[in-house]
Amino acid sequence: MDRLLFGDNQFFGVNHMSEEKARAQQMQFQDTAAIMRVLDIAYAAGVRTFMCTTHERVAEVCDEARENPGRFPDLDFFPCMPYAHKYADAVTERGLVDALRRFLPSSGFVDAALRSTSSLAKKDIEGIATLLIDAEMKMFDGLRTPVIWLQNVVTDLLVGLGFDDALRIFSDHVREKYKAEPGFITMNLPLLLDHLDRAGVENPLVCANINKIGFRMSGGIAAYQAALEARPFRAVAMSVLASGAIPPAEALEWVCAQPNIESIVFGASSASHIQQIVSLVDSLWDTEATHRSGSTELRRNV
Amino acid sequence: MIRVGIVGLGKMGLSHQAILGANPDVDLVGICDSNSYLLGILNKYTGVPTYTKLEQMLDEAGPQALVVATPSRFHASMVRAAIERNINVFCEKPFCLDAREGSDLAAEARRRGLVTQVGYHNRFVGSFAEVKRLVDAGAIGDITRVLAEAYGPVVLRPSGGTWRSKRSEGGGSLYDYAAHPINLVNWYLGAPSGAGGTALTKVFSGEIDDEVSSTLFFESGTTAQVSVSWSDDSVRKMTTRVTLWGTRGRIFADRQECQVYLRDGSPLLTSGTEQYRQGWNVKYTTELTAPVDFYLRGEEYSAELERFVDRCSNGEVEGVNSFDDAVITDQTIQTMIDDAQRGAQTRYGGDTDGDVAVRHSHTQPRRVPAIRRVVRRLARR
Repeated sequence: MDRLLFGDNQFFGVNHMSEEKARAQQMQFQDTAAIMRVLDIAYAAGVRTFMCTTHERVAEVCDEARENPGRFPDLDFFPCMPYAHKYADAVTERGLVDALRRFLPSSGFVDAALRSTSSLAKKDIEGIATLLIDAEMKMFDGLRTPVIWLQNVVTDLLVGLGFDDALRIFSDHVREKYKAEPGFITMNLPLLLDHLDRAGVENPLVCANINKIGFRMSGGIAAYQAALEARPFRAVAMSVLASGAIPPAEALEWVCAQPNIESIVFGASSASHIQQIVSLVDSLWDTEATHRSGSTELRRNV
Repeated sequence: MIRVGIVGLGKMGLSHQAILGANPDVDLVGICDSNSYLLGILNKYTGVPTYTKLEQMLDEAGPQALVVATPSRFHASMVRAAIERNINVFCEKPFCLDAREGSDLAAEARRRGLVTQVGYHNRFVGSFAEVKRLVDAGAIGDITRVLAEAYGPVVLRPSGGTWRSKRSEGGGSLYDYAAHPINLVNWYLGAPSGAGGTALTKVFSGEIDDEVSSTLFFESGTTAQVSVSWSDDSVRKMTTRVTLWGTRGRIFADRQECQVYLRDGSPLLTSGTEQYRQGWNVKYTTELTAPVDFYLRGEEYSAELERFVDRCSNGEVEGVNSFDDAVITDQTIQTMIDDAQRGAQTRYGGDTDGDVAVRHSHTQPRRVPAIRRVVRRLARR
C-alpha cells in the first residue's frame, strides 16, 4: 500500500470546518473535468492511489480512467462504500424496505427475503449485503481495486449494535469476490478492534482519524496510541490536519512519529497543497524509516 | 447501570440503539417496532430482546428509561405509557403534535420526578451552545433581530409514501425541519408572544408543506424570521444556521463554526476572561466540540444520550431539552400553524385581509389582488 492515499472529500463539498468552504468546493468541482485536473496534479506529484467514495460523480472519474488508460496507468482505486446519504435519503423518503428494493436488483431471492416476516436466515443477510456491495462496486469494473473500505457510518453503526457478523460478511465477500483487502473506516478505533477480534477478522486494515489534537478520536488519543503500539492491525491515518485546525508541517511531523502507521489519506485541491503534503511526508517518513521495521515491505504487499 | 428500552427503529431509533449499545453504563433490555423483519435481524445478530407491543416491553423488560423514536403522532400515547409506569423518557422531536397534551405530559412527569428529554440535538452542537453562552453573557447587547434557517434535500419529487408526507402524522417540513431552528430560537430568546406572516408552501408535496417562512415576535421587541426548505438539494445534507443581530454586534452559527462580530461596548471585550476581541472572531467545531466516548453521526447524538443516561443515573429532573423546554417549541409551531391558516396580509393597494385563509400554494387558487378588484369596480361604473 502506498504511504500517501489521495481522498475525495474536497470534491464533493465535505468540509468539517466550514459550510461556506464546502459550498465553494462544490461549485469548483461541479464539472468532472475539474476533478480530473486535480487528479492529474496529484498523479504527477507521485500519488498512485485514489481513495474515493462510491458517489455517482466518481463513476465519471472511473469512465475517464477506463477510456484513457494512458492518463493514470498505475492508479489504484480504493472504493469506500456505501455513499451513505444516498441510502439515508431514500429511507427517509420511502421507508427501509422500499429503499432496499430500490438499490437491489430485482430478483426472486430479493423479493422473497424482503417479504419474509420471520427472523432471517444468515444466508439472507449475506445475500442482501453482498448484492449491495456488488451494486456499489459496479462503477469500478475493469479498474484495479486492491482495497475496498466500509465507510465509518456503517462500520460504527454495526459496532454500536454489536452486529459483528456483518463485519465478517463484508470482509469475506471482499476477499472472495474481488480478491481485495477489506478495510474498515471508523471514528472509534479501539472499540472497533475489539469487535473485529470477536468477528475473527485478523490483522485488519483500519482507517481512523489520527491527529495531534485528538479530533474525532473517540476513546481518546492515549487509547489510540496504545492501540497503535500494541495491537495487531494495519493503520491508515485520516484527518491528520484535523480539518485544517493544525498547520500541515506540525500535523505531519506528529503523525509520522506515531508507531505502525502504514499510510496517510489526505485531500487537497491545489497543486501547492498537494506538493507540500507529498514532500513533507517524503522527508518525514524517510527519516523515520529506520525504526519502522518492515514498513517498506508492507507498503507494497496489498 | 441503567436499563433502557427503545421503541421505533427507523433512522433515529437505530442510531440511538447503536450509541446506547456502545455505552458501558447502559443495559439495553428491549427494542420494540412494528417491523418484524427488522426485529428478526436485530434479535438474531445482536441478541437484544425484541417486542412488537410497547406495553409488553415496559412490563416485561422493566426498563428504567425509554427512548421514543416512532413517527410523531405516536409520541404522546407512548410517552404517557412510560410516565404512568414511572419510567424516564427520551423522546425524539417534535415532542407532541397537540401542544396541550404535551404540556399535560410534561406536568405529570415533573410531578412524578421523572427525567425527561427531547431529541433537539442542536443544543449539543458546540457552535450552537457557544451562541447560547454568548447570548446569556450579553455579548451582542440587546438582540434586535434573528434569522433562523434550515435547508436540505429531503423531498425532491412529488411522491413519498412514509409518514413524513402525511400532515396527520406530523409530516411536513414545519415539524420535521423547522422545529430545529425554532427550538434554537426558543433556547436563545424563550417563548415568542406571537407569530405573523406565516406561509407554509408546497414545492413538490401534495398534502404537506415543503417550505416555511414566518416571523416570531417577542415581548422584548425582538423579531425572529424562520426560513426553511426541505426541498433544497443545493445543499448536500441538512444545514441549520442562525444569525443574531444586536446593539453590540452580530453572531452567525452553523454546526461547523461560530462567527462573531463584536462592536465597541460589548461586555465580552472588558470581561478579562474571554478570548474574543473587537471586530470578527471565528471559532470552529474543532475547538468548540467536546469529545464523546462513541461517535456515530456527529458528537451531538452521542452527547445528548450520554447526558440523558447521566441524568437518569443521578435522578436530575432539571436539564437541557426537558419536556417543558420542548413544549415551548410545540406551542410555537402550533401558533405558526394557526397564523398560516388565518393568512393575514396587508394587500397591495391598502386593503387588510385578516379573516380569510390565503395559502400561497401552487395548487390552490389565489384570490384576486385588491388592486385588480378596485380596477374592475371602477371599470363597471
